[in-house]
Amino acid sequence: MADAAEAKKYLGQPVERVEDEILLMGKAQYSDHLPTRAGTQHAAILRSPHAHAKIISVDTSRAEKMPGVTAVMTGDDVREMSEAFLIVLRQPINQWALAVEKVRYVGEPVALVVARDRYIAEDALSEIDVVYEPMKPAIDQEEAVSDDAPIVHETVGSNVVSTRNFSYGDPEAAFAEADKVVKLKIRYPRNSQTPLEGFVVTADYHPGEDLYDVASNYQGPFTSHPVMSMALRVKNSQLRMRTPQWSGGGFGVKVQIFPYVVLICIASKKVGKPVKWVEDKLEHLSAAAAAPNRLIKMEAAVKSDGTVTGFRFDQQDDYGAFLRAPMPGPLYRMHGILTGAYDITNLAVTNRVVMTNKCPSAMVRGFGGPQMYYAIERIMHKVAVELEMDPLDVIRKNLVPAGVFPYRAAAGALLDSGDYPAAIEKAVEDGALDELKKRRDERRAAGKKYGIGYAAIVEPAQSNMGYLSNILPRDERQRNPKGGAVANATVNVDPLGTVSVTADSIPQGQGHMTILSQIVADVLGLTPDHIKVNLDFDTAKDAWSIATGNYSSRFSSATAVACQKAAEKVRAKLSRIASQTLNVPPDQLEFVEGKIRDTSNIENAINFYRAAGSAHWTPGNLPDEMEPCVRETGSWSPPELESPNDKDQINTSLTYGFVFDFCGIEIDDDTGEVKIDRYVTLHDSGTLLNPLIADGQVHGAFAWAVGCALYEEFVYGDDGSFLTGTFADYLVPTSWEVPEPEIIHMESPSMVTPLGAKGIGEGNCMSTPVCLANAVADALDVDDLTLPLTPAKISALIHGEEKPPTNDTIAADTSTKGEGNVLQGSGETVVPGEPQDVWDTLLDPEALAAVIPGCHKLDQVGDNSYEADVSLGVGPVRGRFKANVALSDMIEPEKATLSGGLIGPLGASRGSGHVTLSAADGGTKVAYDYAIELSGTVASVGGRLLEGAAKALVNQFFQRLGAQVGGEPVTGDEPWWRGLLRSLGLVK
Amino acid sequence: MPQLNKGAHHPVTLTLNGDEVTGHAEPRMLLSDFLTHEIGITSCHVGCEHGVCGACTVLVDGTVMRACLTLAVQADGTEVETAENLASDDGELSGLQQAFKKHHGLQCGYCTPGILMSLTAYLKENPKPTEEELRDMLSGHLCRCTGYVGMVKAVLDYCENQET
Repeated sequence: MADAAEAKKYLGQPVERVEDEILLMGKAQYSDHLPTRAGTQHAAILRSPHAHAKIISVDTSRAEKMPGVTAVMTGDDVREMSEAFLIVLRQPINQWALAVEKVRYVGEPVALVVARDRYIAEDALSEIDVVYEPMKPAIDQEEAVSDDAPIVHETVGSNVVSTRNFSYGDPEAAFAEADKVVKLKIRYPRNSQTPLEGFVVTADYHPGEDLYDVASNYQGPFTSHPVMSMALRVKNSQLRMRTPQWSGGGFGVKVQIFPYVVLICIASKKVGKPVKWVEDKLEHLSAAAAAPNRLIKMEAAVKSDGTVTGFRFDQQDDYGAFLRAPMPGPLYRMHGILTGAYDITNLAVTNRVVMTNKCPSAMVRGFGGPQMYYAIERIMHKVAVELEMDPLDVIRKNLVPAGVFPYRAAAGALLDSGDYPAAIEKAVEDGALDELKKRRDERRAAGKKYGIGYAAIVEPAQSNMGYLSNILPRDERQRNPKGGAVANATVNVDPLGTVSVTADSIPQGQGHMTILSQIVADVLGLTPDHIKVNLDFDTAKDAWSIATGNYSSRFSSATAVACQKAAEKVRAKLSRIASQTLNVPPDQLEFVEGKIRDTSNIENAINFYRAAGSAHWTPGNLPDEMEPCVRETGSWSPPELESPNDKDQINTSLTYGFVFDFCGIEIDDDTGEVKIDRYVTLHDSGTLLNPLIADGQVHGAFAWAVGCALYEEFVYGDDGSFLTGTFADYLVPTSWEVPEPEIIHMESPSMVTPLGAKGIGEGNCMSTPVCLANAVADALDVDDLTLPLTPAKISALIHGEEKPPTNDTIAADTSTKGEGNVLQGSGETVVPGEPQDVWDTLLDPEALAAVIPGCHKLDQVGDNSYEADVSLGVGPVRGRFKANVALSDMIEPEKATLSGGLIGPLGASRGSGHVTLSAADGGTKVAYDYAIELSGTVASVGGRLLEGAAKALVNQFFQRLGAQVGGEPVTGDEPWWRGLLRSLGLVK
Repeated sequence: MPQLNKGAHHPVTLTLNGDEVTGHAEPRMLLSDFLTHEIGITSCHVGCEHGVCGACTVLVDGTVMRACLTLAVQADGTEVETAENLASDDGELSGLQQAFKKHHGLQCGYCTPGILMSLTAYLKENPKPTEEELRDMLSGHLCRCTGYVGMVKAVLDYCENQET
């Protein structure tokens, strides 16, 4: 195929994307637009407001009776109709599609309503009564491993569900002989790239075939396909998974649709109709996926000249409440390359997998790399600081040298190509590091806090399907060895010579259609617009294998290669056909401009479409033993991806690119804001297939990494309530915060893939967070930095912890103080009437019902205890709650303690307060204080509004109390939030 | 203002991209749901459903609106313009759309129609924004794929080549 390579016209060019026109016209059909057949029902999910609680009972009777509701399902139905999901570890961690017996995180699905439309389904969620018995949760990953921590899975008996130790080279000697041991402890936060389009699943159960037909925006890997089919108790072929051509972003997260696929499948079976479910953003942020937060205690053995001779990693990954396949991938996907870009042969590793009462962790872009490189590159920076060296010199001193490729890293990665020292010098020169250093000097001379950071990383691509085997002991994994990574693509030429391509890459915006059309155009001598690429996917029809899907940068070295192979098979077949017609040997033919022609006499030619057409129209004239039609599938799995060896070494990925970043940042002394002044990023990703698309991947990874470094974190309260349920709480960087990075390319073709291309879309997720952190460390001369580096954290580093305000001159009659999800407040007010009148009102159920804002009904259920039905809400989230209130420590008519709780579909709360009554001018002075803990939706989305809402509610309560005691009619029409808006001047 | 009954389906008639269309909506139905599931257009993408991401942005009587924060019945009698209206009738992309293609201003395309609609209104008011002005305006939209680089270049390039 030497001539095909020479004829390369489109590959390597910045060809504009074939995807763009339909997307720009707004005509692309995403999952929510797919046609559904008449009678399709819509599902909504009731989710747990508690981080950890026993489910005592679930009463669905009222919901089931609502008009338009088709069915309500609970954990009992799911347990009856499906199996718990298979997991990677041999541990009794059972997860079904709905919670069974216990809830283990806020947002965990508890019940499913199927109804005529989504609005009705959501209404019905309010009518399901779940009685929980809250338990103490395990939230902090360090506390979760202590002996007295609450246990997430009692059947396992510990929150540490896997511990593995690895040793490569002689780390004991390296540390014993070191001149210095540099230590670092880091905590990498939970985050996710949060695609704008949520999960969408439509399932249609076909009873005659016992087949589940599913359309979803699932992105693979298809290792999860057997997990789903086994949960559904059907053969693989009885679960047909279809994915549309267009998907609104994936970033690894859309792997985690699979529990919902099973849930909606059994819902369809139960109701006998297709069922559709669309995830909303609160569901996504609270319950879809998070990259695991990781605790790393790291040590580097260092010589006084800056040579690092050994690394010790103690890694503890927090996987949340369940281990969904392919977890704990983030801890093992990077295993072979734990020494990063450095020539370090001595390595000791301890990996721990920890369960907590948080959202289960998942695949997210970078997949274990951001956490690992945050530790490695922070410690390299710290080595430089402790040795008083330039950080870049420490990097330079330890790099894998030029000329040693392929290079076997300590833990088994086979680095395929590159020249790391040359790459760094190129970045230093082309990126004008000298100027940046001058700028730092100038800004510092002007009194500014300016820092420069560096990061050098190796970017792996195309995961070895055996990478998780290392979590099993040697003898256990050898019984069932796993390795490899199969990719498939098919090229078809129809009777009129039109070329179409299908493939297993399942993209979410990465431009795969364009690149595949470039590849096939080059091989067949056509133009890309002549190649119709169709990447919607159907497991019942398309070629697929367990690696199928879009994750771990498996396109450039995987599906692209399979497509090249398929196109070459087509070319070989058409060469034989043309050879017969043109009367020249096949290897003397070239494919150029839609023709197949004799290289020695270009007039001797046949049109491409005619040669292909003859395989359809006149199969009898084909060369001997040639099959008719032109449809070829290329399958490819690189031989370098072997199972782990006896020394626990594993080549975790196929290709390894190199990324070197440096940046300048300035910190605003007043606000603590980190401003990115310049950012330079060098990429050696092997041969670039399409530079336009490659740069787009770098820009996207960089933008998310800026978010991870400075803004994005899934935050939990101490009680496990989830506090970042909107994009106003989980802060995503906008065009204002993300500068354009300066990209420098270098191309060292990979020797393990025929196209020479490596991955490029994840590198900056790994390099940029730590590069920015190193710059902040340089600016502030600090070494304990925990992402995200928010203005509050930076201000605390500059000015110390924030002091409580002292100049509170405003005579507020109430004060509220929000601490995470705990609302505290106190205040006093004067209401008309004697203390005894006020007391009587508070104890009279009918009068109290009139006073409590939003109260529909209040029943006395015991001595001084009440049950109420109230409507409450914060901002756009409003719902009906059941309240239990008890009065105690009563001294009539002076004081009482109120305690109780609220529970409803939007969340739960518990709290207590004190009320003191005393006679005052014109009536009774009511002094009060309260402390309320909130969880569930209200806590997740209302955080910013809670203080104001609490204040407005309390005010309203006392206004109404005053009116009630004073005998005035209580005006109950105005909702409390309207009062809040009025007080903010937003409404009249 | 007419009294609308909870639970009842009310006719909603609006001019969508120049054509009169009628559908039915309960008073609580969102304009985004109405346009997508009742009328059947494909450009009004629901991203966050709380007004932050901007993927559902459409023009209502020329004003930029989040369709996820607008009720369908509020749009009764209005003129609604969506991204489907930007290319010519024979399918030729507008200059702004072409610039997005040239500069790789989109990846998954989910946020793109909403951004194009905001830009359509904004560039009428400010046909030659500076990069700073443009980035300020675009900060009303979230894009998770592109890092905003391509779209900023696309708009600046497009504006540069526009005659004023």
